[in-house]
Amino acid sequence: MNFILIVNGTYIVAAVLFIYGLKLLTSPVTARRGNLLSAVGMFLAVSATLLNEEIIDFRWLLIGIALGSVIGALFARLVKMTQMPEMVALFNGFGGIASLLVGWGAYHVMPLAGLFVMTTVFLAVLIGGVTFSGSLIAWGKLSEVLPGRPILFRGQTLLNGALVVVILIGGSLFLSAPETGYPIFLGITLLSLVLGVMVVIPIGGADMPVVISLLNSYSGIAACAAGLAITNNILIVAGAFVGASGIILTNVMCKAMNRSLYNVLFGGFGAVTKGGAEADVEGEVKPISAQDTYYILEAASAVAFVPGYGLAVSQAQHVLKELGDLLEEKGTEVSYAIHPVAGRMPGHMNVLLAEADVPYEQLIEMEQINRRIGSIDVCVIIGANDIVNPAAREDTHSSIYGMPIIEVDRSKTVIVLKRSMAPGFAGIDNRLFYKENTRMLFGDAKESIGQIVAEFKNV
Amino acid sequence: MDPQVCNEACLICMALILVLSIFIGFEVISKVPSRLHTPLMSGSNAISGITLVGAVIAAGSAWGTMSLVLGTLAVVFATVNVVGGYVVTDRMLQMFQKKPGEGKE
Repeated sequence: MNFILIVNGTYIVAAVLFIYGLKLLTSPVTARRGNLLSAVGMFLAVSATLLNEEIIDFRWLLIGIALGSVIGALFARLVKMTQMPEMVALFNGFGGIASLLVGWGAYHVMPLAGLFVMTTVFLAVLIGGVTFSGSLIAWGKLSEVLPGRPILFRGQTLLNGALVVVILIGGSLFLSAPETGYPIFLGITLLSLVLGVMVVIPIGGADMPVVISLLNSYSGIAACAAGLAITNNILIVAGAFVGASGIILTNVMCKAMNRSLYNVLFGGFGAVTKGGAEADVEGEVKPISAQDTYYILEAASAVAFVPGYGLAVSQAQHVLKELGDLLEEKGTEVSYAIHPVAGRMPGHMNVLLAEADVPYEQLIEMEQINRRIGSIDVCVIIGANDIVNPAAREDTHSSIYGMPIIEVDRSKTVIVLKRSMAPGFAGIDNRLFYKENTRMLFGDAKESIGQIVAEFKNV
Repeated sequence: MDPQVCNEACLICMALILVLSIFIGFEVISKVPSRLHTPLMSGSNAISGITLVGAVIAAGSAWGTMSLVLGTLAVVFATVNVVGGYVVTDRMLQMFQKKPGEGKE
């Protein structure tokens, strides 16, 4: 039997399954089947690889697969939906380090393999390393092991630039004489890890959707490079898909914040101290009680909930859905307005609300809700801040000026659920809170909504 | 045994595969709606664990102790990525699949 033919034939089948699986992801109804097909493709690809004639020693690799499966399945089962962003970041980092190790292994056994292979080894190690350490930092920031604020210091951009230059010089030295370049190779590996840390620490929590998408893309590109290094087609194909998906998501996220990728990566958003340039906010904050909120909601015929990261923090999605149901039973039109960068990863709010069984027909995207926001009686903001800040439209000096927002201030009444008057992630005051038609319901979102629900049930 | 090294024709072929894959990736993925972006990310993240295939080759090919160690480590990490990624995505999509109103008691 010709094993090479079988192995490569199976790779083609796996590639088709990946493509078809991704295609099914375009609808919520078929998406789960798509993911399953993709997993089958992965299973086939790995199984076929075991038939590879080069593989003689199965002991360690089977132990490794068993160990990895147990760890992965445990992680995936135990994680809460609210912890999803950091989980994705962590898995992503593992993919990166695996590509780095594969590249390293390829170099170790064939240091004379020629310029092309060595270039791909270099890329696999560099990108894999950046993905690994960068994802770990992102995980730390998202799980609040590390401070979520941007960590900035003088000369940071200069240092990062120098780091890149040193890595590139090291890379060309390494490529000019790979067979004697082991120390340089190890140096490059180390510096790649340092670079990953350096590029993620200046990025604040609100910009995490961009960073996660970008790192996701990197993990694909690293797999791609590893595939080129060891001449394996399925790695190239699958790596390219992931790279493309990550870049698309990165682009969507950047557009949703009206910022360039460069600005996100090097801007240190949220840490910059603002001068007196921003226009002063006028008006005063008008607090409201849960009971009065109930009266307002009770009288409304169209209500839109606008969730943000605060919804995830207080885990208020279930009680919110309960409130939504109560309103619907009374004939109120209920919708959930989703900003593309609400939360800490692309689509974060959709996952949370899906967990609470909110039907996806009620999840309305920003453009659609903005079109009819004038006809909505009450907008309830739950733990969102910058994505509803009218300064993005009104204040040319504001650092978020030009960012597309959910224009809740154009609705009839706005109720903001908020723990305190602390500014949002961009570190700027939100003039929405001072508007004539805004009321502030202070307290933990979950408790506040619980109180409103209780009011409904008391009647 | 040493791993095989590619000749020029094979390099061109790999480059072609790479370019076509990027185009297919962009075409298919740009159609995914924003509400499914998290599952897309974690699902494609699981696919990036395809590097497991390379890790398996490195760990099983008896190229020497060093590459056995590197390969085995890579196998563990990549398997966590693959298994964890798919299971977590499935958990999420299970929630998305529920019919409207089904969650009510």
